[in-house]
Amino acid sequence: MSVLVDANTRLLVQGITGKSGSFHASACKEYGTQVVAGVTPARGGEKFENTVPIFDTVAEAVSATRANASMIFVPPEFAGDAILEAADAGIQLIVAITEGIPVMDMMRVRHALEEYSCVLIGPNCPGIITPGACKIGIMPGYIHRPGHIGVVSRSGTLTYEAVWQITSRGLGQSTCIGVGGDPIHGLTLQKAVEYLHADPDTHAIVMIGEIGGSEEEEAAEYIRARVKKPVVSFIAGATAPPGRRMGHAGAIISGGKGTAQAKIEALQKAGVRVAKTLNDIGEEVMKALGK
Amino acid sequence: MNIHEYQARDLLASAGVTVPRGAVARTPEEAESIARGLPCNSFVIKAQVHAGGRGKGHFKDGFKGGVHLVKTPGQVKDVTAHMIGNTLITHQTGPEGKPVHSVLVGESTEIARELYLAIVLDRTSGCPVVVASQQGGVDIETVAEKNPEAILREIVHPGLGLQPYQARKVSIFLGFPSTGLRAPCRLLHAAYRLFIEKDCSQVEINPLAVTKGGDVVALDAKLNFDDNAVFRHKEIESLRDPSQEDPRDLAAAEHHLNYIGLEGNIGCMVNGAGLAMATLDLIQAAGGKPANFLDVGGGASEQMITAAFKLLQADPSVKAILVNIFGGILKCDILAQGMISACRSNPPRVPIIVRMQGTNVDQGRKLLKESGLPLIPAEGLMEAAEKAVAAASGKKGK
Repeated sequence: MSVLVDANTRLLVQGITGKSGSFHASACKEYGTQVVAGVTPARGGEKFENTVPIFDTVAEAVSATRANASMIFVPPEFAGDAILEAADAGIQLIVAITEGIPVMDMMRVRHALEEYSCVLIGPNCPGIITPGACKIGIMPGYIHRPGHIGVVSRSGTLTYEAVWQITSRGLGQSTCIGVGGDPIHGLTLQKAVEYLHADPDTHAIVMIGEIGGSEEEEAAEYIRARVKKPVVSFIAGATAPPGRRMGHAGAIISGGKGTAQAKIEALQKAGVRVAKTLNDIGEEVMKALGK
Repeated sequence: MNIHEYQARDLLASAGVTVPRGAVARTPEEAESIARGLPCNSFVIKAQVHAGGRGKGHFKDGFKGGVHLVKTPGQVKDVTAHMIGNTLITHQTGPEGKPVHSVLVGESTEIARELYLAIVLDRTSGCPVVVASQQGGVDIETVAEKNPEAILREIVHPGLGLQPYQARKVSIFLGFPSTGLRAPCRLLHAAYRLFIEKDCSQVEINPLAVTKGGDVVALDAKLNFDDNAVFRHKEIESLRDPSQEDPRDLAAAEHHLNYIGLEGNIGCMVNGAGLAMATLDLIQAAGGKPANFLDVGGGASEQMITAAFKLLQADPSVKAILVNIFGGILKCDILAQGMISACRSNPPRVPIIVRMQGTNVDQGRKLLKESGLPLIPAEGLMEAAEKAVAAASGKKGK
């Protein structure tokens, strides 16, 4: 068992002929993901790496290949449209890697998606991986190892750090999900925690948050009320100055809201082990598992 | 992206929001002639900087107040002469202040009531939200803290847009009589249209004034724009004023680096925003102060690394540099090459601590070792932060 993706996931890549799209489509394929189709308008009929058929539209790709997940590398100005196209073609899992999509576009997309049953991960995210089975995203595959720790995070490289610390201690991951750093995105931290909690193969959960917004607090409330598995957390940005956008558009403390301190307190109240520094995540996971 | 008050005022006016009469001046003479053209006997002069708190601010030479009220065009000229070319310091500018190159000269309005009106993004619902309060002219965050029921938050469906009933609801909350809803509703619709059409992240009118004559006027306004959407608004891009921005930030923007200048002395170069934030936290946990936030991005090229390195080296407050990279898309050997070429063209003047992990880490470490450059390697995160703090305070690292 795992969350959202496994060895049976059939991936299509929107923007497969672009620089990042082709690089990462290749890397996912190499990792063992079933990359069944690519989509680039006006490039239909061509083949990616001589094997993966390219289509003009997502609908064509789905009917020809039964793709059920999409990874999006389309440039920011067209990415909102690409997400809607995937949803409309019946794709169940949409992973939007693209960084820099205008907020207004994501606002409309998020509302339009309420009409569909699909799950959107991202945008501006590293993607999702079930080690040894399926990688959809830009994370380096080799740092992962199949196991029982579920990881969810708002940041890419911070996820890699956490995963690396877990792998270095001889443990592995069930599924790792990066929900993305934009203020408006699809899958929330709480929803990801719900999935991981429901997965019998996940024995402990690591949730990595950062300043800005209130998703960590919402997840904390859910954990307090429902989650029986051990949860370890880390919040980045404890020393960030207020009012400045710290790289991620969503990482900003405004009007005294969204501070690391408030998030840490909410998590501690929910019985979560909060790592003091980034360096301590692996150690806290070991403690949480009684090792 | 920020713009000046006079630019925000012009955008609001062209969207259909009533603003006081006035214009921007870049010289004392221009200010005087604008004042002569205004049909009133009391004038407001406002220094144009990208910061709030101007009224209570002071200039570098001791001249008090970034906002003045005077009676004659001659006085307008005198006050403008004090402001232009001077530097205004407010609680938002930091001790170095912001340069004043222009002033807004306007008619002084007789105010009956001061209100607050803003349109911002509500992250939880993913919708625009209209924020309104009868307590205008003060900091809305203070109102939110002390008197939260004095604030109305009206969420707008992004597909439907602001509905007439919502505009009426907001106007009634703001204390307009049911027979006088037309002007505030029209203003609110105009402001909402501007918010959507120009991809704003914030439209804030504070105060929104009701004049003694009964007009509804945007006395002061602040507009912010979504940086991700500026590409489709060339007219907004052209309003950028580089003199109001930190020169370090400008240099970084030129190379598409994500940079924020801070007050400390340890320069940081990190890939990924989350890791960059966590690195600042680590430095402070180790007892140091970071000089900047710098995210070179997940897929940085050798040229970007070189540019980032030059930027850190050029900052006189930087006493040590901490490079913290987790190689995913950005491979460690590419990072190493970028650092080596930057150091060759620009020999390091401060100690450099390098901690890297991830893709091609062995090749990267080998390249750095063989380069013969005086780089201090670190394996662990805390170890790297501690070495950087020691180096910045002048103690010798290992």
